Amino acid sequence: MTVSKIWVHAEALDGKVSTITLELLAKARELGDTVEAFYGGADAEAIAATLGAHGATTVHATGDLGGTLLGVPVAAALAAKVAAGAGPDAFLFGTTPDGRDIAGRLSAKIDRPLLSNNVELDVADGKLVATTPVFGGTVNVTTTFAGDGPAIVLARPKSFAAAESGGGAAAVQALDVPADALGGTTIVERHVEESTGPKLDEAAVVVSGGRGLGEADKYEMIETLAKLLHGAPGASRAIVDAGWVPYAYQVGQTGKVVKPTVYMACGISGATQHLVGMKGSKNIIAINKDEEAPIFGVADLGIVGDVHKVLPKLIEALQSRS
Amino acid sequence: MPPMNVVVTVKQIPDPAEPGSLEGDNTLNRSGKLILDEADSYGVEMALQLVAAAGSGEVTLVSVTANGEVSGLRSALAMGADKAVLVSDDAIAGSDALGTAKVLAAAIGRVEGVDLVLCAVEASDGYTGTVAAQLSELLGLNSATFAKHVEIADGKVKVQRQTEAGFDEVVTSLPALVSVTAGVVEPRYPSFKGIMAAKNKPVDQVTLADLGLDASQVGWGGARQTITAVTPAPAREAGEKIVDEGDAHEKIVAFLEELKVI
Ligand SMILES: Cc1cc2nc3c(=O)[nH]c(=O)nc-3n(C[C@H](O)[C@H](O)[C@H](O)COP(=O)(O)OP(=O)(O)OC[C@H]3O[C@@H](n4cnc5c(N)ncnc54)[C@H](O)[C@@H]3O)c2cc1C
Repeated sequence: MTVSKIWVHAEALDGKVSTITLELLAKARELGDTVEAFYGGADAEAIAATLGAHGATTVHATGDLGGTLLGVPVAAALAAKVAAGAGPDAFLFGTTPDGRDIAGRLSAKIDRPLLSNNVELDVADGKLVATTPVFGGTVNVTTTFAGDGPAIVLARPKSFAAAESGGGAAAVQALDVPADALGGTTIVERHVEESTGPKLDEAAVVVSGGRGLGEADKYEMIETLAKLLHGAPGASRAIVDAGWVPYAYQVGQTGKVVKPTVYMACGISGATQHLVGMKGSKNIIAINKDEEAPIFGVADLGIVGDVHKVLPKLIEALQSRS
Repeated sequence: MPPMNVVVTVKQIPDPAEPGSLEGDNTLNRSGKLILDEADSYGVEMALQLVAAAGSGEVTLVSVTANGEVSGLRSALAMGADKAVLVSDDAIAGSDALGTAKVLAAAIGRVEGVDLVLCAVEASDGYTGTVAAQLSELLGLNSATFAKHVEIADGKVKVQRQTEAGFDEVVTSLPALVSVTAGVVEPRYPSFKGIMAAKNKPVDQVTLADLGLDASQVGWGGARQTITAVTPAPAREAGEKIVDEGDAHEKIVAFLEELKVI
């Protein structure tokens, strides 16, 4: 069973559509008869081909917002569509900063509930059904919408596999923004903090470090190892909060969700909030000196040992191979 | 500098260190002792620092609960907040993010001369992560969300807003709502004097009716959603565990080879 029309929030950085958008489009094709995208920004033409190739027939685009933070203008534009009876049955967002801002404001504007943090979506009796993990991912709660009006759903990155549909470029249509929704909060400068090399949430190998590394300088071992394995370095929140590495490196409930072929946790205890972000990895290697550490509960290969002994030897062994 | 009046929304939650459970009606079991959500302690600290920097003003806490709970509020008052508004009403049980935002908006409406509303990015127990956006819309306020650094000058708030790729510098005018991430500032521990003083600080306890809210807008009915299933998530099996005898790196190399990663 499907719903008739779904609109997916398209996010892009420097003209490149984000992975979460492609994941949502793939899922939306399973759930809806018609899948369209909406986009806050000026460069919709640049992303229309990619959006189309992943199943969006149309992209409703605001055009230049003059640096206005997306929440207010995009929510106002979408609410106007709903009020005019030209909206979809469901809005689909990624659980990202902009996704949450727009979805939250839209929910208040059109007085409809939203369901956040979902990892699975279905349709039953013509209504969207969403599944959210709670208690650190040990329990799944499935919820459906009641009442009239569009459903608003946010899904966690890496919940669905992106897939091309073979469609042609999406048609770009204007999404009109009310004039009073512009200029309230503006972005004056952007900073990109991601490390060079593969992106954390796309890398086939992720090597993460935690407080067990002892001090900030030792994080270098994690970076070296990640590089040797053509992977991305990651981190627990403990060392992000301590300022050792930027937030963009954080894996977990409040950080990124990763599902690489190999995840290596070095000096990370395995708190449920960390596990939520990485236990979908295909293979997990853990190094921890405490044999009782919860991380071993999810590790395919667990090493009870000292990171300061194991990692230098591992780095040396890998270096001698290349 | 003009005075700075800050409202901080705070949630009282079951201790996240204890295993959580659901009630028969699938609401979170809140029967144990409730504590101040650690995620909100950052907003409280931020508010205290901003008021101190302005030289005058007040920090007002606003909290929503179904059962009159105040212990988490007292912790935040002990940190130094001046007063609190506690909305307590049986009908609040089962409220979703939008319902909660509606109650918060009405409660904040009782506080006069608000310059800034601070929220956590997300609560530690529910983590919908949208209440800040919903609340700012309901209050008609500009918002700067996901702040990891906050500065106030000349009636403007400047925020470093976390993004997927790094952060953006974002500016808006007061009055405004800012949602703060964990780590934005280092929350203080309440002093003994603070804990004693907190006992006598004013807590304005109100019901939905006092706020002019209809019970049908909140709670289960207002949420307009139905939980259809609660199921245990498939657990991941642990594999091999070895104790390093100086050769664990060889094991890792062999495993990586087997997986064709190297
Ligand atoms: C609402 C909320 C959201 C959160 N979100 C996240 C999140 O997104 N991501 C996240 O990671 N955390 C998150 N946390 C925090 C989480 O609960 C943990 O505090 C955090 O993951 C711990 O980080 P850690 O494992 O690096 O540190 P610790 O828990 O301190 O663990 C360090 C580990 O290192 C081991 N160790 C010490 N020395 C050595 C050595 N020499 N060799 C080998 N091992 C050693 C220790 O045995 C220990 O197991 C969140 C918490 C809350 C409340």
